[in-house]
Amino acid sequence: MSESTKLPKQIAEALASRRNFLKTSGWLAVSFGAAAAGAGSFLMRGGAGSAAVQQAPGPYPDPDYRQLDSWIVIHQDNTATFYVGKTDCGQGTGTAFRQMMSDELDIAYDKTTCIMGSTDVTVDQGGSGGSDAIQTDGLPMRRVAAEARRVLLEMGATRFSVPVDQLTVSDGVITLRSDPSKRVTYGELIGGKKFNIALTGQNINATAGRAPMKAVQDLKVVGKSPQRYDIPPKVDGSLKWAVDVKLPGMVHARNVRPPTAGAKLISIDESSVRSIPGFLRVVSKGNYVAVVCEREEQAVRAAQTLKCSWEKAATAPFPSSEDLYKFMRAATPAARPNPAVTGNPDAAFAAAAKTIEAQYDVPFQGHTAFGPAHATADPSNGQMTIYTNDMKSYGMRNGVADFLGMPRESVRVVWMEGPQAYGRTAADDAGFEAAYIAKEIGRPVRLQWMRNEETAWDTKGPAFTFNMRGALDGQGNLTAFDYDARAADYGHLGYNEADTVLISQLMGRRPRAAAVGSADRPADMYEIPHKRLNAQVVSMPLVFETPLRTGNLRDPNGPQCTFAAESFIDELAAAAKADPYEFRMKLLTASTTDDNAFRRARSIAAMKAAAQEYRWESRPSPRPRATGNILTGRGIAYTYRSQTIAVQIAEVEVNRQTGHVWVKRIVCAHDCGLVINPEALKRTIEGGMLHSLSRALHEEVQFDTEKITSLDWNSHPSLTHLDTPERIDVVIVNGDPTPNRPDLPHYGAGETVCKPTLAAVANAIYDATGVRIRRVPFRDARVLAALRAAGV
Amino acid sequence: MSNVTLRVNGSTHTVDIDPSTPLLYILRNDLNLQGPRFGCGLGQCGACTVIINGVATRSCVTPTSSVQGEITTLEGLAKDGKLHPVQQAWIQEQVPQCGFCQNGQIMTAKALLDRTPNPTDAQIREGMARTLCRCMTYYRVQAAIKLASRNMRASLEIPKKEVLA
Repeated sequence: MSESTKLPKQIAEALASRRNFLKTSGWLAVSFGAAAAGAGSFLMRGGAGSAAVQQAPGPYPDPDYRQLDSWIVIHQDNTATFYVGKTDCGQGTGTAFRQMMSDELDIAYDKTTCIMGSTDVTVDQGGSGGSDAIQTDGLPMRRVAAEARRVLLEMGATRFSVPVDQLTVSDGVITLRSDPSKRVTYGELIGGKKFNIALTGQNINATAGRAPMKAVQDLKVVGKSPQRYDIPPKVDGSLKWAVDVKLPGMVHARNVRPPTAGAKLISIDESSVRSIPGFLRVVSKGNYVAVVCEREEQAVRAAQTLKCSWEKAATAPFPSSEDLYKFMRAATPAARPNPAVTGNPDAAFAAAAKTIEAQYDVPFQGHTAFGPAHATADPSNGQMTIYTNDMKSYGMRNGVADFLGMPRESVRVVWMEGPQAYGRTAADDAGFEAAYIAKEIGRPVRLQWMRNEETAWDTKGPAFTFNMRGALDGQGNLTAFDYDARAADYGHLGYNEADTVLISQLMGRRPRAAAVGSADRPADMYEIPHKRLNAQVVSMPLVFETPLRTGNLRDPNGPQCTFAAESFIDELAAAAKADPYEFRMKLLTASTTDDNAFRRARSIAAMKAAAQEYRWESRPSPRPRATGNILTGRGIAYTYRSQTIAVQIAEVEVNRQTGHVWVKRIVCAHDCGLVINPEALKRTIEGGMLHSLSRALHEEVQFDTEKITSLDWNSHPSLTHLDTPERIDVVIVNGDPTPNRPDLPHYGAGETVCKPTLAAVANAIYDATGVRIRRVPFRDARVLAALRAAGV
Repeated sequence: MSNVTLRVNGSTHTVDIDPSTPLLYILRNDLNLQGPRFGCGLGQCGACTVIINGVATRSCVTPTSSVQGEITTLEGLAKDGKLHPVQQAWIQEQVPQCGFCQNGQIMTAKALLDRTPNPTDAQIREGMARTLCRCMTYYRVQAAIKLASRNMRASLEIPKKEVLA
């Protein structure tokens, strides 16, 4: 099988060439253009491997973001490769980067490639996270591409001995205005050579040259929808993913986890696995245990067979999931920031004509990656290379160097595609584990978690409890709002820190203090005269070595907080006997003050667009009770995230006999400013909404007082084809008061749409049935019990 | 360990393995066919799906020794350098987000359409119900199956008419 582990030679050479290119001043590589294009497409496809490693012994210094050559290479065949420090979580951001950069550079989109997220060949833009790839990181990309265009035009001016303003450029070809027969391509001017142009910027986000960005009206590829370049190789099976890496001499590892949270390893009986063919070693330190075998299936078997003796924790590490909310409400908060108070809420409540109160509960929900955590680590040449789908590859490099006590320059992380889990790989346990084992045994190691391990021990989105109170005056106006959120988020994981990843925790390494975590306040532009917004964090009894470690799950707190806040607004609308859309519009239009991003104006525009698309008819909820088994209803919810606005309307069918909820249709109005690729954006919005629909209908991490009991897709169900809406309508809105301004910003998309879905569905269930579901998820049994209790 | 002979994507391979090993590991690690992927190892998610004698099969729970007949993996769907209509529809609809599950979606859909060339919406939902996606691309998967069905039936109708004429 050794043949299959070999990489094509030209790819290895291209990778080495890239490093040489970055290192060598004025270096001219005759064959670089073609070779780099090969490497580009290969790395885009997530590839790298043995030959590359052998030819790149390290160390691996950081590419300098203040050098234009670190970002853009023009080849002799008049193609360009863009090197960016981002990773993709499946939204096709690489395609968007190419659109933005090719527009600024004035080169044809299909003559470009994009390489992302490998620490030794791309600048450190932090990988992905926060839905800021387009909003924040797209700006330096646009500016450096504009700078490259400026430099090339000056070279053209020198070539033709004319001022720059006598030249035009299109698709990488510079032409003399006065004599179009005089032309020169970018490739002819600089192909294979370095720009040697210094850039400025105190940090990478501020990176700039001398050239300004183009006006929005001058962008040609931005706003169109070229197909994502990563999709064909994902569909034909040619993509090499991080799980696919094979290296010469590579062995396979599997973890053995403590049977209960906080258990202490007493002893390992290695004789229990010695007879397994291919068995090599048990690697263990503290409470961390792994087995290493020659073949993958052997490692799986050895991990299942290894006999270990564990001592249970003296006290229960957490309450059971059934007792969770009682525990959280009774707990003393670990963090108690001052509430944000507007006006005089106490006086407003005292004067209220009507006071409404409600409690909401949201469970821990897992990232539950479709493919369990994995990485391959290569310790060759005293260096460490990690092949991984880590969304924050640069952070992993720093974290692993710290964890292993190696110089940063000796560690490199090669990002490849993987099963994206929307925040899971920001704390990439498998990469650290593979590197640790590889260093211990001195051979390349491929490690992968098993399903039960991933579902139980991955990072979780924090559970929340909410206590809400609202005051209405005699005319049904909302005069006061009291929001009290508690998140079980103490010890929230950071980004690949050496002292917070699971292997560190199991080895007994601790941060000086656990991260406090956070609970969000509602994100809306409602004008409410008197408000108290209180957001606190509580801790589970066991903070470290626990499978209830919280991490950033696709807008860390937004789905939970928006569920509660937008459900409660609906309850207030119902109490005021007002139409839920009109009730919200009244709160949005009660003020005319706006912010720099015009969030009020854009919220109003998105609300109107959603209502229009749905053909919303004015009436209060609930609707008059229908006869028959299937009750239908509609619900609306609105929020923003950073500067991006999302309004969703869900139409549901509730089966009165079974409690089953089917969301038949979802409308989403979405305003993220300038849209780079509308078709890719629509699919991102669809996926994000359905992810939250899965969280609304199915997902809950369950546990007894010492271990997780949600272990696979039966015990931790997820959305399926059966749940899919029959119709999804996405309306892309540009509600900017000056919609055609040349500097229209491109705000982040991705996570905003995950926020309103749970509330829109809960509000639709209420509209259909008159029954308010205040606890997530809305599984059949819970809904049926609520219907029965209400006599529906 | 013993020799096991497999017929995959039109080629015959003999491997010296523990015959109880799940087929998935042999395909990925010995035959370098990495379209099928490990998702759960329990036959619950579909990431490892291959087609054996026309039936979409979960290779993670299929002992290699039990396999009789022709195995098709994702890599084997294209014919004469042309993608299968299901794959073409996937690109046209721009179905994948991360794409890790799409081997299962595509292979299950292919077997479904071979069995039921013109499926109803309900048949698509039922037929795909056990094939999971955590990016929740289901809406586009279902649209792509309908598109592939239309295209496959359209391409079949032409020779039929010729025969009848």
